[in-house]
Amino acid sequence: MSEKKGWKSLDKGAVAYKSSRDYETGDWGVAQPKFNREKCTKCTLCHFYCPEGAIKVRDDGYMEVDLRYCKGCGVCAEECPVKCIEMVAKR
Amino acid sequence: MKQKLMGLNGDEAAAYATKQVDPDVVAAYPITPQTIIVERFSEYVADGQVHSEFVAVESEHSALSSCIGAAAAGARAYTATAANGLALMWEMTYIASGVRLPIVMSVVNRALSAPLNIHNDHSDSMGARDSGWIQIYCENSQEVYDAHVEAWRIAEHEDVLLPVMICFDGYTISHTMENVMTLPDEDVKGFVGKRGFIKVQGHLGEAELRLDPGCPISMGPVDLQDFYFEHKVHQMEAMDEALKVIPTVDKEYGALSGRNYSHVHPYRMDDAEVAILGLGSAMGTTRAVVDELRGEGVKAGMVKLRTFRPLPAADLMKVAGDAPVLGVIEKDLSFGAVGSPLYEDVRAAFYGAGSKPLVANYVHGLGGRDTSMAMIRGIYEDLLKIKRKGRVDKTMNYVGLRE
Repeated sequence: MSEKKGWKSLDKGAVAYKSSRDYETGDWGVAQPKFNREKCTKCTLCHFYCPEGAIKVRDDGYMEVDLRYCKGCGVCAEECPVKCIEMVAKR
Repeated sequence: MKQKLMGLNGDEAAAYATKQVDPDVVAAYPITPQTIIVERFSEYVADGQVHSEFVAVESEHSALSSCIGAAAAGARAYTATAANGLALMWEMTYIASGVRLPIVMSVVNRALSAPLNIHNDHSDSMGARDSGWIQIYCENSQEVYDAHVEAWRIAEHEDVLLPVMICFDGYTISHTMENVMTLPDEDVKGFVGKRGFIKVQGHLGEAELRLDPGCPISMGPVDLQDFYFEHKVHQMEAMDEALKVIPTVDKEYGALSGRNYSHVHPYRMDDAEVAILGLGSAMGTTRAVVDELRGEGVKAGMVKLRTFRPLPAADLMKVAGDAPVLGVIEKDLSFGAVGSPLYEDVRAAFYGAGSKPLVANYVHGLGGRDTSMAMIRGIYEDLLKIKRKGRVDKTMNYVGLRE
């Protein structure tokens, strides 16, 4: 949220005037998943476990993380049955 | 217009007025510390006299949560509670005001435990005084009835949009039958009208401030260092607006009912040298004592405060500013503070004023202890002593306490 309204121009009721998509919570994180596609079996468990919905399934079946929303919690790495996800420092 | 005289206690007056308003949702915890209000109202529901959805919830926290959900969806939502019930609602009171939901709630003032007590004092609603709700205090069942009609118009006013607590003394008012003049149903319905909605800018564009799947908005989502402060200042502004809106609603209601209310109700204050200021049913007793003292040549007066939040500081100074000695009576304590809440507010209001009266605090009636005319007379005698000495030696005084 770059330009923030002051209290006089904000609407009443604490209503969000921007979409939650514009609230990029990924910058809270200090770690991010790194996928080893040699080991990945395309099981999609990380996609379903991700609490932020930040891991999407690509057309080729592999996973990809959206760093704008990844908080770096590591649930994906913990749950991966073949341990193909490593949490590394966020750039 | 023909008004009907009914014999109602405070609880029944609240329930009857709410029946006439016929809110969409009434959610309440149905057992102790609940009062007769929702018992009566559930009878109206069972008898098909209202269209309200009655939700009997498992706690007061859920009662107010249900009202919050209903009001956010655009419904008129009402609940009633007392004492520890209000304490259990505490978390949700801030949510109702923070997302600007015009809920109306009756608070039958009763003491907070421990030790266990079910009788009247103001410790419950005073504990919620900073929760962002408008607080109106009633002196008798008639005021209870009238406030329950007026409150919707205040809460839903587009410049206000705040929830309202209508506070009245447990047992003294809630369980005491009195003559109450009631308006015809259609006049009440006409007065409250339909709930309106302001337009706001949501994430998909302009929308009404209510939850509507056809035009979705997010109300009160995560609001951190970047916006929380601004939204809290909105609530301060809304209270300032309420100070202006309440008298306009009072005026319109006065034209309809013949009963005229204002933020403050002075009595024999014109030349008063000693005056008592307070809230609720004790002010009726005080008025009788003022008449007795006037008969004896004592220049006594009193000011009843009807609106406590927002505090009508300017009105207070206008009616009480010339009295050299003021006694603030109240049924609550703020442990460790200089005085009780009303006393502190009154002192703060007068601090920057030209004429500063001598002010003393008199706490009475805790846990339902009776406040007699003799006790009120004792307070006036103390105030006269203060006037003679020209100073307050003891700011905090307990009336009716055994030493």
